[in-house]
Amino acid sequence: MNSPFDEMHAAGNAVREHYKDYAQWLARQPADLMRDRRNEAELIFRRVGITFAVYGDKDAGEGTERLIPFDQIPRVIPSHEWRDLEKGLAQRVIALNRFIHDVYHDQEILKAGIVPRDQVINNAQFRPEMVGVHVPGDVYSHIAGVDIVRAGNADGTGSYYVLEDNLRVPSGVSYMLENRKMMMRLFPELFSLHAVAPVAHYPDLLLETLRSVAPGGSNDPTVVVLTPGMYNSAYFEHAFLAQQMGVELVEGQDLFVKDDFCYMRTTQGPKRVDVIYRRLDDDFMDPEVFRKDSTLGCAGLLRAYKAGNVTLSNAIGTGVGDDKSIYPYVPKMIEFYLGEKPILNNVPTYQCRDPKELSYVLANLAELVVKEVHGAGGYGMLVGPAATKAEVEAFRQVLVANPGNYIAQPTLSLSTCPTYVESGVAPRHIDLRPYVLSGKEVQMVPGGLTRVALKEGSLVVNSSQGGGTKDTWVLEASPQHQVPPPSASQSQSQSST
Amino acid sequence: MLSRTADHLFWMSRYMERAENTARMLDVNYQTALLPQSDAVAELGWRGLLAISELTGDYLKRYGEIKPARLMEFMVADEENPSSIVSCLRAARENARAVRGTLTTEVWETTNQTWLEFNKLLASGELKRDPANVFEWVKFRSHLSRGVVVGTMLQDEAFHFVRIGSFLERADNTARMLDVKFHDVESDFYGQADDRDNEYEFYHWSAILRSVSGFEVYRKVYRNVIQPEKVAELLILRADMPRSLAHCMNRMSSNLRSVANTNSGDTLRRAGRLEADLRYGRIDEILSTGLHAYLTQFLANVGELGAGISKDFLVTQ
Repeated sequence: MNSPFDEMHAAGNAVREHYKDYAQWLARQPADLMRDRRNEAELIFRRVGITFAVYGDKDAGEGTERLIPFDQIPRVIPSHEWRDLEKGLAQRVIALNRFIHDVYHDQEILKAGIVPRDQVINNAQFRPEMVGVHVPGDVYSHIAGVDIVRAGNADGTGSYYVLEDNLRVPSGVSYMLENRKMMMRLFPELFSLHAVAPVAHYPDLLLETLRSVAPGGSNDPTVVVLTPGMYNSAYFEHAFLAQQMGVELVEGQDLFVKDDFCYMRTTQGPKRVDVIYRRLDDDFMDPEVFRKDSTLGCAGLLRAYKAGNVTLSNAIGTGVGDDKSIYPYVPKMIEFYLGEKPILNNVPTYQCRDPKELSYVLANLAELVVKEVHGAGGYGMLVGPAATKAEVEAFRQVLVANPGNYIAQPTLSLSTCPTYVESGVAPRHIDLRPYVLSGKEVQMVPGGLTRVALKEGSLVVNSSQGGGTKDTWVLEASPQHQVPPPSASQSQSQSST
Repeated sequence: MLSRTADHLFWMSRYMERAENTARMLDVNYQTALLPQSDAVAELGWRGLLAISELTGDYLKRYGEIKPARLMEFMVADEENPSSIVSCLRAARENARAVRGTLTTEVWETTNQTWLEFNKLLASGELKRDPANVFEWVKFRSHLSRGVVVGTMLQDEAFHFVRIGSFLERADNTARMLDVKFHDVESDFYGQADDRDNEYEFYHWSAILRSVSGFEVYRKVYRNVIQPEKVAELLILRADMPRSLAHCMNRMSSNLRSVANTNSGDTLRRAGRLEADLRYGRIDEILSTGLHAYLTQFLANVGELGAGISKDFLVTQ
């Protein structure tokens, strides 16, 4: 296994260059100040109602809404690292959009034998309804949330890896925005010490992206956000994004389709809808085509969509691109469609559907992470090194019974970042989810959402599994320009005036 | 705006207004109960309160006999009573949460905080220790909600539906309260002449006035002793009295006109007629047809108006 990588500290506990100012500042803070600030943050989050609901939680009322723990020590990314990440993310998402378009049209990548046909066509996320359907700009995943981790190498350096491409309805961006607001409120002085790249324009970029993929002919398109409703775990985010973009937040019952056009019911009568940013899975979108029992979507929506009268964002059927069984082929896709070398690393992946790879996985189960192909949210997975013998054996039964449903990866030693916990400041494992927007062009705000596993040693960062979040700072200038000169000239000149 | 959004806004403000009016009535009953009076008279007051909210049956089924402490628990903190203050504040907050994007941050945070803090207040045992303080707190949170709406919201459709909800609910509550209180007084005190009853009568009428913050207003307007027909006039016909029926209908009509659509003609006509009746009405005419009959008709009209608003704007096809 590789050696662990800490974002703030290099070997020998030396503070990394881009964390120097922060570490100095932190060392000056009295312990109770950090505690007070944490309590303050919790109070504000509760009052503002920045909450999420936990599934499987039966109690009604206040109990179903939880706060996602917010950690006040930021995750800092130096600008040169972000530049590489940004290029790699754009490259990856462009290739994935090309792939989704390809599998629903000419299927050239299948003909070329680069991705096995049966793995695409028989994939539960492949939507035959989308074959031959034109979508504006050939863009399918307008909003992608790509999960990235950093793992330590033997020589003490770290490398970024893409863990998952979330191309369906990735969530969490509201926390990225609220975390920044909270940090600026709690520690304004830190922002004068650092040139932190702003993220607050994300809703503007999102709106621009959504407007740019409106059906042809509407020059002032009506954009709406479609939510399953206020009891959905991410309802806060749906409401937040609608408000920030200044568009309506609709539920399925607010929409109807007539003559293949989509309308919303308003106090002034029906109003045409052009773009739907839907925060709802494909299955629930249209009871005429998908799940008949869904009351969350709108009957006839797919007809309107296929007629080109309304844009769904993300498109129907994007899941075929972010499925974990497709993931291993992404580097090849990049080469196939773009003729470029992949900038971002993929994690080596064993496909349990392949008998040879399965036998390797079964022999090394205690060392591997095993995930459900369609799983999300940290449910239904095994983290071998963290599991008990009994858990590993129980999972083995499940895996053998349905190997095609699983992939396995070596357990990456996710990088750690100092985190404020009960016992003080201690390292905890983190990941990073940047949000990549694809409309007329590919855009993103610097950074993304950093999630942190608050339990010591835990590698599961999902909020539904007790993870927290951190503000993510991309420093604008290179760190050398940030750090004050070694002599204390600055503070001397201040004290002499 | 979305019909569903308008519906949530309408109900958000209705529930907040209802919580306030319930607190007002409880407060006055509680204060009146501190006066020396027979148990029968005291019970009459509490019964009236249940009758106003059409909850007599529910209460008796759950709690048996009328006991002030139980009744206050039922009307304030009982989550199974959909009209209790705690249920109203929760409903107001749930409706606000459903449309939080349409509200200003201050409106949402005020509503959310009211709900969170009211639960803390109840958990602290304040209702047993000092009920008047709980009622006062609810009234002031309602003042705050209203102030934050008027002081921060853009005066667009959303604002008008919030206001329509408030005034419809308030008109309904004031009419119910008048109806029940007059009924009590007429059956038990009216026409009696001994001094003790006169004294009760004074407290009874001043209680009605106080429950709508109208005691000082009455003195200022009439500069006279408390007389039942003048109390009725103040609460029904005086358009400058903010909790009167005339005022509510007046504000209601003007807010409705601002959101009118192609289907709402009949609803606007109903609202205009109710408003005109109150504007040109005379208290002696109303009393001669019988106050109870008049108020019953008024409540039916308000009910129909609410149904019309719902059909035209809130649950459209």
